[in-house]
Amino acid sequence: MYKIVEKTPLNPTVTKMVIEAPLVAKKAQAGQFIIVRAKDDSERIPLTVADYDREAGTVTIIFQIVGGGTMELNTLNAGESVHDFVGPLGKPSHLDGLKKVAVVGGGVGCAIAYPTAKRLHELGAEVHSIVGFRNKDLVILEKEFEAVSNKMVLMTDDGSYGQKGLVTNALEALIQEGNQYDEVIAIGPLIMMKFVAQLTKKYNIKTTVSMNPIMIDGTGMCGGCRLTVGGETKFACVDGPDFDGHLVDFDEAMHRGTMYKDFEAHAREASCNLLNKEVE
Amino acid sequence: MAIQRNMDPKKCPMPNQDPMVRNKNFDEVALGYTPEMAVSEAKRCLGCPKKPCQSGCPVGIDIPAFIAKVAEEDFEGAYQILSASSALPAVCGRVCPQETQCEGKCVRGVKGESVGIGRLERFVADWHREHSTESIQKPTPNGHKVAIIGAGPSGLTAAGDLAKLGYSVTIYEALHLAGGVLVYGIPEFRLPKAIVQKEIDGLKEMGVSIETNMVIGKVLTIDELMGEYGFEAVYVASGAGLPRFMGIPGESLKGVYSANEYLTRINLMKAYKKDSKTPIMHSKKVAVVGGGNVAMDAARCAKRMGAEEVYIVYRRGMEELPARKEEIEHAEEEGIIFKTLTNPVEVLGDADGMVCGMKCIEMELGEPDDSGRRRPIEKPNSEFVLDVDTMIMSIGTSPNPLIRSTTPGLETNRHGCIVTNGDDGLTSREGVYAGGDAVTGAATVILAMGAGKHAAKAIDEYIKNKK
Repeated sequence: MYKIVEKTPLNPTVTKMVIEAPLVAKKAQAGQFIIVRAKDDSERIPLTVADYDREAGTVTIIFQIVGGGTMELNTLNAGESVHDFVGPLGKPSHLDGLKKVAVVGGGVGCAIAYPTAKRLHELGAEVHSIVGFRNKDLVILEKEFEAVSNKMVLMTDDGSYGQKGLVTNALEALIQEGNQYDEVIAIGPLIMMKFVAQLTKKYNIKTTVSMNPIMIDGTGMCGGCRLTVGGETKFACVDGPDFDGHLVDFDEAMHRGTMYKDFEAHAREASCNLLNKEVE
Repeated sequence: MAIQRNMDPKKCPMPNQDPMVRNKNFDEVALGYTPEMAVSEAKRCLGCPKKPCQSGCPVGIDIPAFIAKVAEEDFEGAYQILSASSALPAVCGRVCPQETQCEGKCVRGVKGESVGIGRLERFVADWHREHSTESIQKPTPNGHKVAIIGAGPSGLTAAGDLAKLGYSVTIYEALHLAGGVLVYGIPEFRLPKAIVQKEIDGLKEMGVSIETNMVIGKVLTIDELMGEYGFEAVYVASGAGLPRFMGIPGESLKGVYSANEYLTRINLMKAYKKDSKTPIMHSKKVAVVGGGNVAMDAARCAKRMGAEEVYIVYRRGMEELPARKEEIEHAEEEGIIFKTLTNPVEVLGDADGMVCGMKCIEMELGEPDDSGRRRPIEKPNSEFVLDVDTMIMSIGTSPNPLIRSTTPGLETNRHGCIVTNGDDGLTSREGVYAGGDAVTGAATVILAMGAGKHAAKAIDEYIKNKK
């Protein structure tokens, strides 16, 4: 059992949890992920490490409540424990030696883009952060990004906060202003990463994306997380989760991501009903 | 008193659930011998003084001795003989390929059927579990620490043997549950998980500590285990790892599973239970590619999950199927359709990216290859489409890179398997031993257990001599 030290809602659908897991905290690096199981009969949910504190022995996760599993995780409160917490899994991001980087985050993906921006800032790189959300209510980590960025652009789809438009609009504007990036790091929905990669390909800028496909064990055993990268089959859990955005087959990944859409919709409904009953 | 031998040329049949009933449930297929059946079968053993059967057992059980005890109706005595050599008799009696091991060497098999050694082993282990009230004795600690990586059959066996010798043993398991392939791979209907749990509980009572959620190579390295954690030896039994795919078009479509994923969802994550939170496809027509035990397990699971048609697609013939004979028979009885001498060439998908068929080609057998088996060759212009909505790849695995990539000086071969110095499992690193699928590539439970036994003995000798 792993104790939940802190639980904070970041917006109505995104929750931050700080979990006591000293061994994981000791080894975790930006870009890696953990797998959490809320209860004894829960699903295994892979989540990218949002932050860690080696001294306090804690690991921070940030998750969006999308399906039955994350909904169940969100029922737990500070002081309670998650049943299982395993990691750090996957390969850390390669951030050393980068001088000027654009970090692009979309939605809950900002939770993972933030530690990357922070680490780059600590390493002395010039960081331009571009973060996008659907609307003002869903904005997370704004201050945190500001603190580690030399330049920050916040976009919303509906213009209710920051600038109206997509992250790709902002990125292209920055590139056209003459900013020369060593690398663009994009973390967010598949469709966002796909369009960022298309844009940077045009300008020939190296682009890294962080993939978060369906997986079970996270150690290479199940093969459920396989992706096609540069024509080869890769396992996100052991070969990634970071990949060259110009080589990832995003359309295939988007298709595979919908494998259990109906089941998830059903599970979400079942969880909702269960919660309603508890409230009654 | 002399035992009246039973000269029936056939084994006492195993009572099974009716095939058309069991292919809709996950309860155990074989129901087990009654004491009367067991005694009668035990009396078929001739008690050969040379014990050919024992030489066929990877863990060297004194088979005629335990069977003699069964014939005398001393079931607990029989169990004591079994457990002296095997840490998991209830498991082995169910999953060992007896026909190529002990039973394959049985003299009774020359002119009839061999003695049902596996069935007797299972009977004795089950009898003990249900009747014994003896609590497990905690051995006297000898003050030495050994770490084991992987709580599968190999790791559990080594842990049991080392704990009996007084070692303080810690097993590190990557998943949230101990048991390895016994819990994530082999289905409930072939090996009830309560039996596995009971064997694991027995180890814990002996003082073995099992730490789940620990991916060695990530959270801790072997160097750390042998350094700051103070383990004098490490046994790497991390299993086979990454599932192989064929590299044919369409393998990324929705509805293509590795057998590992399909079985893990069903067994470890309990997707077969109505209230399970784990998603699984409820397929109508399923093709399982491969002919081993894992393929049989996947096919029989698919049938139980409600598929109307389930095919085993295998590129060689029925004779060449590598699965255990009983599994093939059970699968056939349950209505699994065997498409042998057939190989997939492409998975077909619909507009939503779902599998809607599998293009296959017929094969014929040519000259024997390096493995001694006749090489399958494609028949020209024999392509056809098999109408399926799910495809499960069960064509083997390749070793997991997590340990080799984080352990300097650990030699591996070109396949990525850990290289050991013969039988005792010593690797290129002092104090580091390895065995099971991590060394051999995908093999059987009993071979992994045999490797665990040998390694435990070697580790004991190594630590004693170091003093």
